[in-house]
Amino acid sequence: MSRESALVSADWVEEHKNDDGVVLIEVDEDVSAYDAGHIAGAIKLDWKDDLQDAVRRDFVNQEQFSALLSERGVKNDDTVVLYGGNNNWFASYAYWYFKLYGHSDVRLLDGGRKRWELDSRELTDEVVKRDATEYAAKAPNLDIRAFRDEVGEAIGVKNLVDVRSPDEYAGRLLAPAHLPQEQAQRAGHIPTAANIPWSKAANDDGTFRSDDELKTLYADAGVDFGKDTIAYCRIGERSAHTWFVLHEILGQENVKNYDGSWTEWGSLVGVPVALGDEPGKA
Amino acid sequence: MCGATKGGLDLKGVDVDKEAVIQGQVLRGDEPVGGAYVRLLDSTGEFTAEVPTSATGHFRFFAAPGSWTLRTLAPKADPVDRQVVAQYGEVAEVAVTV
Repeated sequence: MSRESALVSADWVEEHKNDDGVVLIEVDEDVSAYDAGHIAGAIKLDWKDDLQDAVRRDFVNQEQFSALLSERGVKNDDTVVLYGGNNNWFASYAYWYFKLYGHSDVRLLDGGRKRWELDSRELTDEVVKRDATEYAAKAPNLDIRAFRDEVGEAIGVKNLVDVRSPDEYAGRLLAPAHLPQEQAQRAGHIPTAANIPWSKAANDDGTFRSDDELKTLYADAGVDFGKDTIAYCRIGERSAHTWFVLHEILGQENVKNYDGSWTEWGSLVGVPVALGDEPGKA
Repeated sequence: MCGATKGGLDLKGVDVDKEAVIQGQVLRGDEPVGGAYVRLLDSTGEFTAEVPTSATGHFRFFAAPGSWTLRTLAPKADPVDRQVVAQYGEVAEVAVTV
């Protein structure tokens, strides 16, 4: 993967948004943003109602993902272009699903909704309805999804990248300031994890930093590009943004997103937890 | 528009004693700027949160006590930084002109 194959610019979207076989999808935490205005032709996915299982803590399975995209009118051979608010957090998270379920051509709009709005590009509130399809998701590719046991085994062995804010990493907060402070039973981070907040990978306008800036960012923070990497945050969406940077833009192999993230690890009985600004020992 | 009262956003339902609220309005001249983005940066310049402004140009953060920077990005304008101090029990009102 590379920047050229994973990202598209706003100009590209303007040029290709009406092409056959191109489907724009807005993914937000707050879907009222889509309803108030979206890029012409874009459909929406609600990161929670559409992408999470309604009962268990897990995301939609292969059958549920197939049914969702069939109902929304997406074909297996479509070029899917994702974008959203929150600096593309949830669009990156959905991108990771599309890759996990084997969609061959998926892209992210660089800068997402924010860059589009700051450019004063057009948004519309017109209702978009696509004809239903028969989408068939592939079996999940677990090469890009980490579960808790392998995270435990990765302590002191693989790169662990905690992309939360420094206060969350150190255990001074359980969630970013400005958001509700609930969730995990304990604060802190997984021992040996480097703290590289997701925001350092993005410019103020939400676009990604250059390849050279990104490589320097992770290398300076102690990421060994010769090792496998697991990224995590609180619920797995900010770390999907970092997974995108490492795996899709920089083309690193063996990068996984641990979507259980701190809300799982910080509630497990008996697992090691480090406090403070240092990674801590294995 | 939601909570757009003269002098700032309506604080009904907010327990101000338990919150360090930073709120305000983004203006271009006398005109409110909707759809601008206000970023809350901590004392080290680290990103903490970001909200788009409402149609009336208003924004609000539930911060923690301390010194913060508000960085405002708006269409056709250079970014504007404003320093602000938040404390529990107080509402820091900030007008940002782009």
